Amino acid sequence: MQLEANKICFGYNRKESYLLNNISLTFKEGEKVAIVGPSGYGKSTLAKLLSGYLAPVKGRVLLDGKPLNPKGVCPVQLIYQHPEKAINPRFRMRQVLEEAKGLDLTILKKIGIEEEWLTRFPRELSGGELQRFCVARALLPEARFLIADEMSTMLDVITQAGLWNVVLEEVKRRNMGLIVITHNMHLATQVCDRIIDISAINGF
Amino acid sequence: MNRRQKLLILTILITLIIVCTYLAGICISEEAIAVDFTNAKLKPSLHHLFGTDWLGRDLFARTMKGLSISITVGVVASAISAIIAVLIGIASAASSKVIDSIINWVIDLVMGVPHLILIILISFACGRGLKGLLIGIAVTHWTSLARLIRAEVLGLRTEHYIAVSRKLGKSNGFILIHHILPHMIPQFIVGLVLMFPHAILHEASVSFLGYGLSPEQPAIGIILSESMKYLSSGMWWLAFFPGLTLVSIVFLFDRLGDNLKSLIDPYSAQE
Amino acid sequence: MNLNHIKSSTLLEIDNLSLSFQMYKGFVEQQQLEVISNLSVTVHSGEILAIVGSSGSGKSLLAHAILGILPENATIKGTLRYKDRILTSSYQEELRGEKLALVPQSVSYLDPLMKISGQVIGHKDKSKRKLALKNIFKRLELEEKTENMFPFQLSGGMARRVLVATAVIGDAELIIADEPTPGMQTDQALEALAIFRKLADEGKGIILITHDIDLALNFADNVAIFYAGTTLEITPPKDFLDGEHALRHPYSKALYRAMPQNGFTPLAGLQPYAGTITKGCPFAPRCAECMEQCKKEIPPMRKLRDGYVRCYYAT
Repeated sequence: MQLEANKICFGYNRKESYLLNNISLTFKEGEKVAIVGPSGYGKSTLAKLLSGYLAPVKGRVLLDGKPLNPKGVCPVQLIYQHPEKAINPRFRMRQVLEEAKGLDLTILKKIGIEEEWLTRFPRELSGGELQRFCVARALLPEARFLIADEMSTMLDVITQAGLWNVVLEEVKRRNMGLIVITHNMHLATQVCDRIIDISAINGF
Repeated sequence: MNRRQKLLILTILITLIIVCTYLAGICISEEAIAVDFTNAKLKPSLHHLFGTDWLGRDLFARTMKGLSISITVGVVASAISAIIAVLIGIASAASSKVIDSIINWVIDLVMGVPHLILIILISFACGRGLKGLLIGIAVTHWTSLARLIRAEVLGLRTEHYIAVSRKLGKSNGFILIHHILPHMIPQFIVGLVLMFPHAILHEASVSFLGYGLSPEQPAIGIILSESMKYLSSGMWWLAFFPGLTLVSIVFLFDRLGDNLKSLIDPYSAQE
Repeated sequence: MNLNHIKSSTLLEIDNLSLSFQMYKGFVEQQQLEVISNLSVTVHSGEILAIVGSSGSGKSLLAHAILGILPENATIKGTLRYKDRILTSSYQEELRGEKLALVPQSVSYLDPLMKISGQVIGHKDKSKRKLALKNIFKRLELEEKTENMFPFQLSGGMARRVLVATAVIGDAELIIADEPTPGMQTDQALEALAIFRKLADEGKGIILITHDIDLALNFADNVAIFYAGTTLEITPPKDFLDGEHALRHPYSKALYRAMPQNGFTPLAGLQPYAGTITKGCPFAPRCAECMEQCKKEIPPMRKLRDGYVRCYYAT
C-alpha cells in the first residue's frame, strides 16, 4: 500500500500565493518518514492534507492510486499536537475509545492506559495521558498510515519515549506507514528511516 | 456553605414556590371563586386575603387561579419556542449557505416586528383563547435563542474533535447526537427558563388588551383589565395584589434562570 | 557561558512556596488542589534559570504567582522576596510591567483589536520605546510592516516573537518567559534566546519556563528540574551534557536516558496528579532506589557539587 501526494497545492487565502506549492511525495507501508522544517512552512497543513482533514486546491492525495474517501473510517489517521482539542470534553474516556469501532483492546494495556481512567472526564487527565488515548484511538483496524503531527511536543521526555516506543512497535507489527512531523531533529533521526525537509521540496 | 450550595438551595426553593403556586391554582375549586353578592367589595382581611371584587368573588382564589394559567402558558409556550429555536438553530448552522441566509432573514423579520402586535395578530387569527395565545407566544420568542444556538453550533463544527470523529468513520447523525446535541443542553435549559418571564408578561398584556384569553377565564390580564373600571371608586386592592403577585412570579422565574446559568457555567467550577 | 562566578546580586528568592486552588469536586463539594509544593529557587541578576517540566505540571502558575496575577481561588503559602523585600500584592503591582516582565505562554494574550506597535510600546515612555521598537524587531527578524498589523495577521512564530518584544522593550530587571519558543523556527528560537542571553549578560535576571530540555541546556546558567509541583534538582547545564553520572537526582537521570539522542528509554509509572501529592518524595513510586524514608517525608534541598538536589541518596 502506498500514500501519495500528487502535485498538491494549498493556500488558506485565495489572494495570497500558495502555502504549499506543487508538492509530490510518496510514502510506502512499513516506512518511517520524518518531515522537518521551519515553522510557517506548512508542515501541519501537509499533515492535514495527507490525512484528508483538508482538501488540496490543486493536485490529489492518493492511497493506492485512489483518492481518500471522505466517508467511513479513514485509513490515514492523524495524531494531533494538542490531545485536549482532539477529545470531546463532555465525553468520558470510555466513550472516547468507543468512537473507534473495532479497536483491539489489548493495545490499551500496551500503551499504558489504566482501567480506572476510562470512567474519567478528559479534564481529569494530563496531556500525556490524553495523548495515549488519541494514539490508541487512531490505531483502529482499518488504519494503514499514521501521521504524528508534533505528537509529543507538549510532553516530557520520559512520557515521549514511552509513547513512541509503543507506536513504533505497533507500526512495525502491523506493517503500517508512519509519517512524523517534528521540529526535533534528535527525535527524527531516532525514530525515522528517511527525513524530508519541507523547505527543500516546496515550490518546485 | 459555599456559593454553589447556596445557589442550589435557592434554586430548589424557587422551583418549589412556583410549583406550589401552580398546584394551588389547580386545586382551588370553582366554588371559591363563585359570585357571592353578600360579600361584594370587601377590603383585604384575614378571611379574604386580597379582598373581594364587585361580584363578591374572592380575589385571592382568583389570583391563584390566574397565576396557575399564567404559569401553564409560560411553560408550554416557552417549551415549544425553545424546541423551535434548537431545531432552527441547528438547521441553520448545519445546512447550506442559502438556507442559512433564509433562516437568518426570517429571524430578523420576526425580531423586527414588535412582539405584542405579532402575538395579537396570530392569536386573533387562531381564534383567540388559550390555543391562539400559545401559538402566538411560541412563534415569537424563539429568535434570540435560535441565534445563540446557531452561533454555538457554528463554533462547535470547527472543533478538532468533531473532525477526528468523522475520520474515525462516524456519520453526521452520530456527530449530531453525540457531539452537538449534548453540548446544547445547558443553553437550552437556561434559554428556556429565561423565556418564561417574557411569555408570562406577554400573555398578561395581550389578555389585558382583550385579545388573549376569554373573559370567563380568571387570567391575571383579565382580572387587571376588569378592575381598571373600579379603581376610581377606591377599590385599590383589585389591581394591586394580582399585579404584585404577577411581578413576583416573573421575578422568581428570572432568578431561577440566572441561578441555573451560573450553576451550569463551567468557569464557576474554579473557586 | 556560566556566569555564576561573576559578582551578582540576588533578585528573586522563592522559599518553600506552596500553591493550591479551591475547586469544585463534583457538583457542590469543594476541595483544595495543591499544584505547587515546597518549591524553593533563587534567581540572581545576570542569570538565566531554566525551569524544566512537563506541561500541566504547574510551571506557568509559578510565573503567575511571582507576578501576582493568579485567579482569586488560588492560595499561596511560603515567601517570595524580590531584592530582599517581601513581595506583597501592592509591591507586585508596583513592579509588574516595570521591573518584572512576562513573556506569556499563549498568543491569546495579545489584544486582537490593537495594532502590534501599540501593544509592544505600551503606554509608558512612548517616544523612547518607539525608537527601541525598530531595533528589537530587526533583531527578532520581524519585518517592519509587522508594526501595523493586527494579531490575527501573524503566524504562530511571529506572534511569539512579538510577545518576546513586549517583554524586552522596557527596562525590566527580571523577565519571566513562559514557553517562549514553540512555533518558532529553530534559528529564530535561538535568536530569541540569544536576546535573553544578552539581556542576562547585561545584568538582568531571566526565568525561562520550558518543557524543551535541549533548548534550556543551550542557554541557561542553571536548570531546575520541576516534577509534580516541586523542583527535584538544580544543576548547571553542563552536567546534562556530561552524562548520567554527572546528574544528581534519579529523576534527572531518567530524563537524560529518555532523551531521543541518549537512548530513548522510557520509565514506567506516572507523574502524580495535582491534589494527590503525598508527604514523601513525589518521585518515590517510580524510583529504583526508593527507601522507607523517602515515602515518609520529602527530602530537603541540599547542596551537592555545583547544584542542589532533593534526595537522601544522591551522590
